[in-house]
Order: sequence, then structure tokens, then C-alpha cells
Amino acid sequence: MKHVYGWLLLTPAAILLIGFTHYPAIATLVDSFFSTGTVVRPSRFVGFDNYAALLDDPIFWQVFGNNAWFALGTIPTAIAIAMVMALWVNEKLPARALVRMAYFTPTVLPMIAVANLWLFFYTPQIGMFDQVGALFGAPSHNWLGDPNLVLPATMVMVVWKEAGFFMIFYLAALQNLPPELQEAAKIEGASRWYFFRRVTFPLLMPTTLFVLVNATINSFKLVDHLFILTKGGPDNASSLLLYYIYQVAFSFFDTGYAATLTVVLLVLLALLAVVQFLLIEKRVHYR
Amino acid sequence: MKWLSAFLMSVLLAAVGPASAQTQLTFYYPIAVGGPLTKVIDGYARQFEQEHPGIKVNPIYAGNYDDARIKALAALKAGQSAPLSVLYSIDLYELIEQDVIVAWDDVATTPDDKAWLKAFYPALMMNGTYKNKVYGIPFQRSTIVLYWNKDAFKEAGLDPDRPPANWTEMVQMASKLVKRDAAGNVTRWGVMVPSTGYAYWMFQAFARQNGQDLMNRDGNQTNFAHPDVIAALQYWRDLGVKHKVMPEGTVEWGTLRQAFTEGKTAMMWHTTGNLTAVKDTAKFPFGVAMLPASKQRGSPTGGGNFYMFKKTTPEERKAALAFVKWMTAPERAADWSMATGYVATRPDAYTTPKLKEYAAGFPQAVVARDQFEFATPELSTFQTGRVRKQLDDAIQATLTGQKSPADALNAAQAEADKLLKSYR
Repeated sequence: MKHVYGWLLLTPAAILLIGFTHYPAIATLVDSFFSTGTVVRPSRFVGFDNYAALLDDPIFWQVFGNNAWFALGTIPTAIAIAMVMALWVNEKLPARALVRMAYFTPTVLPMIAVANLWLFFYTPQIGMFDQVGALFGAPSHNWLGDPNLVLPATMVMVVWKEAGFFMIFYLAALQNLPPELQEAAKIEGASRWYFFRRVTFPLLMPTTLFVLVNATINSFKLVDHLFILTKGGPDNASSLLLYYIYQVAFSFFDTGYAATLTVVLLVLLALLAVVQFLLIEKRVHYR
Repeated sequence: MKWLSAFLMSVLLAAVGPASAQTQLTFYYPIAVGGPLTKVIDGYARQFEQEHPGIKVNPIYAGNYDDARIKALAALKAGQSAPLSVLYSIDLYELIEQDVIVAWDDVATTPDDKAWLKAFYPALMMNGTYKNKVYGIPFQRSTIVLYWNKDAFKEAGLDPDRPPANWTEMVQMASKLVKRDAAGNVTRWGVMVPSTGYAYWMFQAFARQNGQDLMNRDGNQTNFAHPDVIAALQYWRDLGVKHKVMPEGTVEWGTLRQAFTEGKTAMMWHTTGNLTAVKDTAKFPFGVAMLPASKQRGSPTGGGNFYMFKKTTPEERKAALAFVKWMTAPERAADWSMATGYVATRPDAYTTPKLKEYAAGFPQAVVARDQFEFATPELSTFQTGRVRKQLDDAIQATLTGQKSPADALNAAQAEADKLLKSYR
């Protein structure tokens, strides 16, 4: 009887998980082995053809590379800035609550709203960056219209948006650090930098791992801004994997190929998560 | 369990009840929820219901064109009745391939109905016609026009009432209109043509002006690699690189209107859909003109058409036909054009007193109509999403200097040939 009761309690969550997570994932995997069907040409089993097409697809490789740069560019920066901001607002300073809130605000805003704001920041001549630059005599830049600038430009915006979110986790972790450590370090005469390097930073490692996993997932998951800022352009220079999947699925209606791309993305994320947990686990001090 | 069956019965009754008394007409309309246009559409629906008791119109607002298409197709797959939808005019081949729409010729059978099918501007019917049958009835349609800042023209010593008539003039005038500060940085550009989002659409105008259309009428052949098409892209690229009258790289569609109303560019090519917004925000007198000519004038049409879906009862088809005829009647077309800036879809709308009066006070509103004479249908083929993206990428690769126009367009043509081979 107890058994039944337990299962009953699990059922609502299980139904949702199976219905909206596990079943779609498996269905996607199955779909990736079939061609896209239309009324005229029904879908048929094609084996690994979709995967072969993927290897030959230059746009896939380009967005894959873009996504790698995007991850490399945003994750370490966002984490470092988050940590510095957390250390800073953890000190006693005037209007501390206000500063904390200011840092957190970008996180609260919806990405679509943020992208619309930054679209105007980046607009040549009338945008904020160009107007500030003009004060110092800098020439106007076509931030989003230049294939070399567009990806870094979107990265800056994402770091700005993400850092405040990660700061909150660091702030919570910092407030859990026992104050005795700081007092002991003071008595021993440790410098602030030494204290950070040997005490604070290692103690923050569990938080860093958590943030790192989240930041990595986000760097593959966050594509809302592309709809507003660039639509992946110019010439795919700012397109990311998930945005490409959206285009293939809903603009080209090629569901088979979109499923294939999705499987690749899922496998990639799973691998990254496993590697992160295995490698960093060793250097994380849980207590 | 009694309460459950009672509940289910009441739900069923609620769902079936009104339908037996009235014909339900669900139609999908692409717009973000709550915009001012929903009020206009809701108003039309209520007015139509008053004049046609027995038909109940349920507009479903469904995001942008892509969202509306996805939702309408999903509803059809789920077996829901969705007799009618306004969808992108260029979705035609996709909808035919999915075999979900019926030709209006098959429904509009009386002489009166047949006359109605011929009442629209021929230019607007091109995107809705396949193998001589009409599948799309034009509703919210636009085209590209040239906006120019009359103050800037005066300042540059040009006649403020004479816009460029051809490509050479546009370059000459634009070079005079470019303004630089002491450090040599440009503070005002001569002309801007947007190249994000709808690059293929803008490019169709250049190509048409240079004498070429980009696809055939059956939607299975593209014409990207023709020398005159390559020359058209070269001209667009040269505006930035050689003549230095337009910023290099791509120009953002979404912020171009502000760049124009802030005076950062003296001319812009943009959709007529922006007319009302420019009129409301520009602090200087501005003019609207047809796009300049190279070998001829030219601009593609764009926008949304009414489609009728196959999975419909005879009553629904009758109701849908009545509704679409009512929605596209001359008075409504005139009213809709004034409310939105979209082009009125038929000549007799421009002879209605209210639109005549409006055009007398705001002549910019009829430029788009006059340009219909030179219009070409919007790029639409089978596999249209992919084909369009090939062209978009080629244009952007050229404008950002990564490829030459010939290389980019030849590659796009080769890819399009691959995609369309099986449709020939």
C-alpha cells in the first residue's frame, strides 16, 4: 500500500517529465533517422543520411564554431565579473542594497527587451556606443553590420545580462563563509589577495562549478537576442546552434534535419556536463 | 464518476451548441497580441457579424507570419476547423506542397464572385496565383519606396522636390548629401538600404530595376547568376565601398527608420508599411517617391494574403467567401490603407471619397499605388525558406566584403538549383 502511495505522489511530476522531456527527446532521436515528409512525399527511413548531410553543411560548421567562440567569450568573463561584483557588494559600503539591485537588474529584464535596447545602443551614429565614441573623436562603427564585430558585440550584451545573475550565487556563498577565517587570516597577517587566492576562491569552488554548468548551458540555450539583433547575420556571422535549429525547423520546415541538429546539441550538452562534473569534482571542496 | 460525465457533457454541449445555430468562422491573423491593429480587425469582425447574422467570426491573433503559419498548420493537423487565414503571400508554394489550401476559383463561382477575383491590382495577384488559379486574395500588402529628407536636399543645394529618378542620379545626389564633421567622420549618409532581415526583398528591387526577375512563375527556377543580377548587387555594394554614400557592411532594418527621422541619412529605401510612423515622427518635411530606375523602375510587392484551407465544410466555405469579399470591398480597403499605411488592394478603393480626400492632403500615400505598374512578385519558390536564405547570405557576404558579387550569387544559384531540381 505504501508503495502505491509513493507512486501516486510521483505520478504528476513523472507525467510532465515523460510527456515534455523524455518522450520528445526520444522522438527527436527517432525523427533524425527519417526524411522530412510532405503530403506529396511521405517521410521515409534514411538511416544516417541526415547526419551525413550535417557533416557536409558549411552553415552547421560555421554556427558550431560561432557557438564555441560565444561560449569561450562569455563564460569566463561573466564568471569573473560576477565574482568581482559579489566581493565588492559583500563589503560594507554606502547604499549597498541599491548597488546590489543595480547589478541584478539586467537579469530581471526579459532578453527580448534587452535586445531591443541594445539594438539601439549598437546603431551606427545614433547609438550610445557611437555617441560616446564620438566625444573622443572615434569614427562610427557598424557594430552589428560587420562580420568581425557582430559576435563580440552580442557577447558583450550577454555578459552584461548574465553576470548579475551569477553574482547572486556568489553573494550567497560569500555570506555563508565563516567569519573566523578572515579573522584568523588577519592575525596571521595574510594580505587580501593571498586570502582571496588561498581561502575565498577555493571555498567558492562549489558555487563556481554550479555557475559554470549553468553558464555553459545558457551559452547554448540563449538565442532570443538573435531574433531582434541580427537574425543570425550578416551571412551567419552571429548565428548560434539553437537559432540555426529554429531556422531549419520553422523557416525551412525541414523537421528531419532539425531533429538531427537537435540530437547533436543534446549530445554536446550532455558531454560537456559530464566532463565538467568529472574534471572539476576533483578540485571542488565540499564540506 | 457521475460528476465527471456531467462535466464532460456540459463541455461537449458548450462546444457543439452555438455551432449548430451559427457558422463559426475562425481565422488566423498574424500580429502581436494587443497591437492597435487588433482593434481594427476586431471592429471589422463585429461589423461583419452585424451585417451577416448566422456567421460568427473568431479572429485568432498569432504573432508574426511564421508563427501564424505554424499555428494554423498545427491546428489543421490537430483536426481543428480553421477555414481561413491571413498568411505571408510567399508561403504559397509551401502551402500547396502541404496540400492544405483550395483555390478561390473553385469557391467563387457566381459571375459576381468572378468579377470580384478580377477587381484587384494584377501586381498583387502574382504572388497568389499558381497554374492560373488564384489561391491568395491580397489583403495587407506593401511595396518598397524611397523616402527623402527635403531639408537635407535644400542644405546640399539640391531641389527639395526632385528625388533621384535613376541609379546615376541617386549616386550623384547622395554624394552631395553626405556630410562630414571636422575629423572627417560622416554625420549624415546619402542613402541607406536595409540589408538585415529582408535583404532578398530589397535586392529584388535592384534586380528588377536592372531588368531581371529572380524566379520563374512556377517557383522552381531561380535567376541569381544572370550578369545583370550580378551587376545589380555590384551597384548596391558600390554605394558603400566605391561611392561612400552608404555605410559599409549591413544596414539594420529595425533601426533604419530612426536613422532617417534623426537625420542620419538623407534618403532611405523602406517599406510603405513605415509611412504612417515616419509621418508621425519626422520633424522635417519629407517626400516619398518611386525607387530609381536603371533599365526600368521596379519594386517587389510584399505582405499577407487570405488563404482558404481545404478541410472545410461547404457552409464554412460560403461564410469564408462572404467574409473575405466583405473585408476586401473598396470601402474597407480604403479604410484599412489609411489605418495602416498598407496599399489599398484595388483601383476602385482609390476612388472612394474618403481615400481621395486623404490622398489630397497626404500625396505620399499614393506613390506605392502608382509604382504597381512596375511591380514584381516577392521572391517565392518551392523550398522557399532555404532558397531565400541562400540569397540573403550571398547579399550579406557581398555587402560585408567577404565575397565578390559574382562568387556569392553563383554559389547561391548552384545551391538553389540543387534544392529545386526535384520540382522541375
